[in-house]
Amino acid sequence: MQAICAVATAEGEAALAVVRISGEDALTVAEKVFTPYGKSVREMAGYTCAYGCVFDGGERIDDAVLTVFRAPHSYTGEDCAEISCHGGRYLTQRIMRICCDCGARPAERGEFTKLAFINGKLCLTQAEAVMELISAQGELTLRSANLTRQGALFGRIQEIRGRLVTLLGELAAWVDYPEEDLPEVGEGSVGSTLSDCLDDVEKLIRGYDNGMLLKRGVPATIVGKPNVGKSTLMNMLLGYERAIVTDIAGTTRDVLEESVRLGDVTLRLADTAGLRDTSDAVERIGVELARKKLGESALVIAVFDGSTPPEEEDRALVSEIKASEGKVIALINKSDIAADSGYYELCAGLPYVIEISAKSGSGRDRLEAAAAELFGAAGTDDGLIFVNERQRNCLGRAAEQLREALSAHETGMTPDIVAISAEEAAAALAELTGERISDSIVSEVFSKFCVGK
Amino acid sequence: MEQQNFIAKFDIAVIGAGHAGVEAALAAARLGLKTALFTISLDAVANLPCNPSIGGTAKGHLVREIDALGGEMGKAADATFLQSRILNKGKGPAVYSLRVQSDRVKYHGYMKSKVEHTEGLFLKQDEITEILTEDGKICGVRSKLGSCYGARAVIVASGTYLKGKVFVGGTSYSSGPDATLPADRLSDSLRALGVTLRRFKTGTPCRVHRRSIDFSKLERQEGDEKIVPFSFENHEKLENKIACYVGYTNARTHEVILNNIHRSAMYSGQIEGVGPRYCPSIEDKVKRFSDKPRHQLFIEPMGLDTEECYVQGMSSSLPEEVQLEFMRTIEGLENVEIMRNAYAIEYDCCDPTELLPTLEFKEIPNLYGAGQFNGTSGYEEAAAQGLVAGVNAALKLLGREPMLLDRASSYIGTLIDDLVTKGCSDPYRMLTSRSEYRLLLRQDNADIRLTEIGHRVGLISDQRAERVREKIRLIDEETERVKHVNLAPTDELNAYLEQQGTERLTTGIKLSQLIKRPQLTYAGLAAFDKHRPELSEDVTEQVELNIKYEGYIAIQLDRVKSMRKLERRLLPKDTDYSQVRGLRLEAAEKLNKVKPLSVGQASRISGVNPADVNVLLIWLAANGGTENAGADSV
Repeated sequence: MQAICAVATAEGEAALAVVRISGEDALTVAEKVFTPYGKSVREMAGYTCAYGCVFDGGERIDDAVLTVFRAPHSYTGEDCAEISCHGGRYLTQRIMRICCDCGARPAERGEFTKLAFINGKLCLTQAEAVMELISAQGELTLRSANLTRQGALFGRIQEIRGRLVTLLGELAAWVDYPEEDLPEVGEGSVGSTLSDCLDDVEKLIRGYDNGMLLKRGVPATIVGKPNVGKSTLMNMLLGYERAIVTDIAGTTRDVLEESVRLGDVTLRLADTAGLRDTSDAVERIGVELARKKLGESALVIAVFDGSTPPEEEDRALVSEIKASEGKVIALINKSDIAADSGYYELCAGLPYVIEISAKSGSGRDRLEAAAAELFGAAGTDDGLIFVNERQRNCLGRAAEQLREALSAHETGMTPDIVAISAEEAAAALAELTGERISDSIVSEVFSKFCVGK
Repeated sequence: MEQQNFIAKFDIAVIGAGHAGVEAALAAARLGLKTALFTISLDAVANLPCNPSIGGTAKGHLVREIDALGGEMGKAADATFLQSRILNKGKGPAVYSLRVQSDRVKYHGYMKSKVEHTEGLFLKQDEITEILTEDGKICGVRSKLGSCYGARAVIVASGTYLKGKVFVGGTSYSSGPDATLPADRLSDSLRALGVTLRRFKTGTPCRVHRRSIDFSKLERQEGDEKIVPFSFENHEKLENKIACYVGYTNARTHEVILNNIHRSAMYSGQIEGVGPRYCPSIEDKVKRFSDKPRHQLFIEPMGLDTEECYVQGMSSSLPEEVQLEFMRTIEGLENVEIMRNAYAIEYDCCDPTELLPTLEFKEIPNLYGAGQFNGTSGYEEAAAQGLVAGVNAALKLLGREPMLLDRASSYIGTLIDDLVTKGCSDPYRMLTSRSEYRLLLRQDNADIRLTEIGHRVGLISDQRAERVREKIRLIDEETERVKHVNLAPTDELNAYLEQQGTERLTTGIKLSQLIKRPQLTYAGLAAFDKHRPELSEDVTEQVELNIKYEGYIAIQLDRVKSMRKLERRLLPKDTDYSQVRGLRLEAAEKLNKVKPLSVGQASRISGVNPADVNVLLIWLAANGGTENAGADSV
């Protein structure tokens, strides 16, 4: 059975957190997620730890400690791995996501305990407590499913699923009733239905991701060379003096993090100490930005001093942020004094370049509009309906199967093969709405097609 | 009850000699049980009262599976067919379907003779009116004439005979199919035993005289040149004997039907039975699909020694004169003579959720149901259940483990799981879309999937089982070899690839990788595969499919693995689910009704959600549940 994973420590800000993986393949998953500095995960004995790092694809995202438990000597009685990483929701959720990409699935509530019981690790009294918990969870799921039935998201999933079922019904009728006078399912319609559904599922996933960011706050970082007004900007956005602002470059020594409302978007905004190194400024900016900030933030706000012409440090900054994948807003500050046109040239190609005065607050509306465009809009109404990672996982599987079906169709596979993946996709969507997919396809055939003797 | 005075004693009594009854009786007798097969008319043994055809989509799969398990239907179809075709060519190997037109009288003759020549099997014309019990246990059956026959197990395969009632327009009368006598009294006895009965309905089109058809106005449809037999045992060269014809209804046909629709037995509300959704009457089609300008129909000869032709697609319960009127609006049928009119028939059947997957009634030990009596439709569905009921009744009396086929093993297993787990609200027809494992359950590999099980049961000879094992060995060996053959990007190969419309090679490649390309085949690449061994076509076909669909097969096998894990968690028979803490009320009610054998079966009951399944797993572990070694634990 598929390995399961969950964040085992309480949600919220903390120095450390633990992501736990359990199942036959737990160590295979751990091996893909975590690279120890010493011997490989496979060679680690039960009850041993290793120091190493967590990778997302090729990107190293955290230093962590891995503890290995070998069956049956673990909480669940199966092979287990626990990744002790740095705390914080963003990081732990991201590690969860990587675990899922590597073959695990998010655990249901009480599932670790359930496994522990089934594998003889708990006594009956403990188990009964767990049953109550799971039962309560069942009711909760049902109730929340009822709630979302009226929601826009539920409707959207039903609609996508409906289109897939129609296609599958057409294929099934065409296959099960070869002698009927049914139109052949058009070459074009299979491909276009699949790719339309894929687009829509991907849109929902993006909406969800944006929704999560909205709910928890978009991790955002203000960067820029010293004394371009980063702290003034933060204070302006906060509406009170959080950072100590002086005219002396390098005043801000710690990383400050605050929640900031920008219109409908909440930012978890970090103001960094001015990135300054007199001896080799250019290189230092590049390296530090790439390593520390760009990777961790969903949004980078790059601030430039519009009252003076661009310098080498500004150029280095722009080329770094252009190379990164994160979303970027460039602010040309001190527009109350002057705005040097050199910055427009420098920032050419960046989607948002906004003149602002951190001191007077002018330009804030344009910043809000940009943030709304990046993280609001589609995300606001839909994304928030999603309650958990499990649902995102269903959508993820649906997207994966749709891609599979599309590629089978494009390489010229016969419809029975294309239907296998398309059915898996529809089944994944049906899991969200609590239906059985094979029954709906059969009903579709009988309701839409005139078939039989 | 007083000691019965039996005029003969049997191990097993089978009621009804249609497609279910015949397979059940043959299987039981072949397993060494003294078996009686009762029929209302000896002239209606294995009758084809509707389509004179065997197989078709998903049904063809069932016939091949019946053959692989040691049943008779495939052999009978091969021996008596008139025309054979593989349907769905070009739609992919999972859905290729074999279908033959049969000679109705010859099919009946073949099966009757097979039954007559089977040792330990006693065919008897008599209407069974009562199932007898002693101290609450099944002990025999009583006939209309008052004779009692002893039997330790009884299989009900009553088809559409049970309180059968025929409807034509405003006329209705008690009758079995094809003008046979109905079985009017058995229902009361079944009810008294605790069987829940309900009414289902089906219908059949008219039969017309060949000389009254203008074939020049119809499209001719030939059989396949290369004929694939149903039976894996059959290696003879087979030939088509007839052609079929295709015609169409038109606006005038529809007008006649709509003008008279109030006179249809179905639409006037006389029929209480639920009809099959997948097999609508012509009045249903015209009414529900009013946007379709025409509907297709097929003219199929009923046999070589008769002029009767079956008109597929025109099932109806309109009055006879209306039938004649709308038939004569069809091009080619302007002067048609109807020999047997179309009719609807309503009958009693059971609720299959009262059955175990062995097809034994949960609450009535040693009573089994099979075929249309269980709520299905179709000869093939019936035969499949007959085989399963006959085998399991025999195995039980022999004190052996039952034959349980799971969904991943076969369409037969899927059919039975659907019936006993979900039940059916209208006559159930097998469809390829009902199987989630259809790439694994192909008609071409039924022997590989099931012969071993048939052998363990005792219906397949050692020699036949050994032949299949050898075939599997050759397939595995060749599949492995092909995966290790390297091909260099030679000019000849590249020329061939271009000619087939696929990409050229720039570096070497494994032969198996090339076979995976949709444009290429195992056979087509023979010239580039120097050391290819001489192998029969049934072996190379499997090698090609194994390689071509390797990735998809692996995905489906993975699903099978997780399904079977839950299937092995057996639930105790006498569980009262209302006492299981944490189960939702709805789930407990459904579980108490179906009483699933395993957590896997429980998970497929509608109204049982994943949280309920988790509760069951924990409850089971807490109560020392057992694990079953395998589904087909014969």
